[in-house]
Amino acid sequence: MFDVVVIGAGVSGSASARELSRYDLKVCVVEMEEDVCCGTSKANSAIVHAGFDAESGSLMAKLNVEGSEMMEELSKELDFHYKRNGSLVVCIHEEERDNLQALYERGVKNGVKDLRIIERDELVKLEPNISDKAVAALYAPTGAIVCPFGMNIALAENAAVNGVEFRFDTKVTGFEKKDDYWVVQTSKGDIETKYVVNAAGVYADVFHNMVSEKKIHITPRRGDYCLLDRSVEGYVTHTIFQLPSKYGKGVLVTPTVHGNTLVGPTAIDIEDKDGTNTTQQGIDELTQKAGETVKNLPIRQVITSFAGLRAHEDGHEFIIEELEDAKGFIDCSGIESPGLSSAPAIGKMVAGIIKDLTGAKEREDFIATRKGILDPKTLSKEEYAALIKEKPEYGNIICRCEMITEGEIMDAINRPLGAKSLDGVKRRTRAGMGRCQAGFCSPRTIEILARERGVDPSEITKSGGESKIIVGINKDNL
Amino acid sequence: MLNYDIVIVGGGPAGLAAAVSAKRNGAESILVLERDKELGGILNQCIHNGFGLHTFKEELTGPEYAQRFIDQLLEENIEYKLNTMVLDISKEKVVTAMNRSEGILEIQAKAVILAMGCRERSRGALNIPGYRPAGVFSAGTAQRLVNMEGYLPGREVVILGSGDIGLIMARRMTLEGAKVKVVAELLPYSGGLKRNIVQCLDDFGIPLKLSHTVVDIKGKERVEGITLAQVDENRRPIPGTEEFYECDTLLLSCGLIPENELSRELGVEMSPVTSGPLVNESLETNVEGVFACGNVLHVHDLVDFVSQEAQAAGKNAAEYVLNGKKEGGKDIPIIATQGARYTVPKTVNPQRMDEKHVVRFRVGDVYKNCYVSVYLDDERIIHRKRPVVAPGEMEQIELKKEQLEAYPDLKEITVKIETE
Repeated sequence: MFDVVVIGAGVSGSASARELSRYDLKVCVVEMEEDVCCGTSKANSAIVHAGFDAESGSLMAKLNVEGSEMMEELSKELDFHYKRNGSLVVCIHEEERDNLQALYERGVKNGVKDLRIIERDELVKLEPNISDKAVAALYAPTGAIVCPFGMNIALAENAAVNGVEFRFDTKVTGFEKKDDYWVVQTSKGDIETKYVVNAAGVYADVFHNMVSEKKIHITPRRGDYCLLDRSVEGYVTHTIFQLPSKYGKGVLVTPTVHGNTLVGPTAIDIEDKDGTNTTQQGIDELTQKAGETVKNLPIRQVITSFAGLRAHEDGHEFIIEELEDAKGFIDCSGIESPGLSSAPAIGKMVAGIIKDLTGAKEREDFIATRKGILDPKTLSKEEYAALIKEKPEYGNIICRCEMITEGEIMDAINRPLGAKSLDGVKRRTRAGMGRCQAGFCSPRTIEILARERGVDPSEITKSGGESKIIVGINKDNL
Repeated sequence: MLNYDIVIVGGGPAGLAAAVSAKRNGAESILVLERDKELGGILNQCIHNGFGLHTFKEELTGPEYAQRFIDQLLEENIEYKLNTMVLDISKEKVVTAMNRSEGILEIQAKAVILAMGCRERSRGALNIPGYRPAGVFSAGTAQRLVNMEGYLPGREVVILGSGDIGLIMARRMTLEGAKVKVVAELLPYSGGLKRNIVQCLDDFGIPLKLSHTVVDIKGKERVEGITLAQVDENRRPIPGTEEFYECDTLLLSCGLIPENELSRELGVEMSPVTSGPLVNESLETNVEGVFACGNVLHVHDLVDFVSQEAQAAGKNAAEYVLNGKKEGGKDIPIIATQGARYTVPKTVNPQRMDEKHVVRFRVGDVYKNCYVSVYLDDERIIHRKRPVVAPGEMEQIELKKEQLEAYPDLKEITVKIETE
């Protein structure tokens, strides 16, 4: 019997698990995919919102500001990429200055620090590629960017090291309420637990509605993105939003922590909870809308496009609470933007609820820090040389675009909750994330994965399930 | 710090030919750096025949063609390092490289030859909408899996792009037991060699759909099908022309991009048309003593021409090492216009050039019953009738030293396609 079963190994589930692992609780995370960070958490804007956007007084606003303030420290503790690059909300219509002012005031009310409105001259100095139409902007120096995979993986790894059990490829199919515990029915059998945390992203309404009469409804809101090559690094240095207005919401243009430029997202409400397909219409819309805030967008430098789904609950608010009519079942649902920014605070809040319910005690042996995958590029030449001498695999480049070595890939596979698929390796090391999009390294990475995992190369998948890369051997059906 | 006369980055067809030629032209110490586990580069996965018709007057497979040059390299006792990735080339021509056994190497060269080849345009760069399942491969990646590792990447295949690798892979996949349903090409003409369309598609009954593209990829885990649509003259899909093909694999053969990350970092000036370095008649870049040849310079159709170009680069690099840069004369720009998209080289110095100099170029469209013309300022010196020229087939003209020297005030050379 577990004390807590967390459904979903996305960033909310992983943050909750990590916070829960501070206590003397037996925790299990069940995830339907083969890895952590496979849903909304992997396909988003990768930014830490300063916190001026959410409605004042809302839980969203509170957790956003808290999460944003916790993020830098957390990134050091758990060794993931984070950079406080500042954000700009650009006003391109003189008559909308009132809206800009209102946003500023909301930000101040929400407790966002150092906010100010800047005029065009200063804006152009900060961002030379800003649109000629830009008149002013709200500048939030506390806005930041983060590696969403790195953060999610770090949280989960740290939770695992602290004793949380992760069960992948495990789909929750139903619940049975016993007197003082729950039976979580899954594709891999029943799991008994005293408490359930529902952090299932776009699926959270399905699970909520299985146990509660007070129904909620989550709409997967698709966002298409284009990612540009590192060759245009520096095109923008701040995260550039368009001031939401009667002309529309606009899209953001932002650097990523790895030096790419990200453009997106669209906002298209769909029904399919796995509908992460991009469309031509969406991609065209991005280019057109980005052109409102920046000029000469180097869209030809696109290296990939992708789509993610925001878990938009009808009430547009985070729902983090024990359900009144389903005691022991804690919702962590409606986690859409600014969910990533809020995740550290969400985790803390979820763990707080469970601590209050159980009276759990903090463990003394909790390990608060985690070391990420060693990036040899951060070493001095002498250190690097010594490393190769000790571990020659660090002298073997596998991904030529991102210059990722065999050593890093081996580390990604062999560490706690290690990578099992090409995408798993990609999210942990960036091998395959560069301009050739794994054309060069995928056969090599397959070889390493097969060797390290002791399986046949034909077993290796792109992202688990039926996503096999190799379907047979030559002439096997002739 | 190691010291060599010439360091060659890349041990594929260009690097091999350049190395042998440099040695035979007097360079003493030459080092070839190859990132793969064997020499030969992309030829190792090109197991079909058709290589070497120009060079050896016989039809060889890719590995056989490579072996001829590898043998020459070994005969000449030229040094090489395998599994070695070049990380950086400095303006002072210090090449930093890395491998498992030696760690980080710093090599001082007197001359550097860039021979890194090219890579394939990816699905992402093409911005094809749809899901992102397994089963979408660039044709060259699939070629490696099939020809070098013996794995079948799919059973029912659609190919986008009629570049030569795509055409070759249509035949290869068929021979290995897969069903290739269709090859779609965005442009109204094929990007590949005519002989490949006949031998790889027509002979196997594989349809080629010109002016078509992929507008959707279906399948959340593995490809389940793709949708093709016809495109208009602006290459935009025409609504209502969509056609769904059930398949488990999409291969992409949509263009090759010279791999010039190192060149750019080094400060080599690049051509926006070829994405390769701008070079003079010696195939030397704007960085003195740094030469380029093969697909890193501009993408070739035939390896024979890569070898020829690389031999020239090797010879020129050797001469540079032995005698320093030849001074004097002036660089005459070669202007590519009216259908000609670019030329290699970009400039020619009559005083430094050989008696005859081949200039290679590509056209931007299909032209029938046309003339390839070359002007020295306003005077036309070449007017060669061609029944058809196409972007998929590289063109060449020959400039003669004596012809150029007859024009002491020559300002520019123009290459163009004329209708009469």
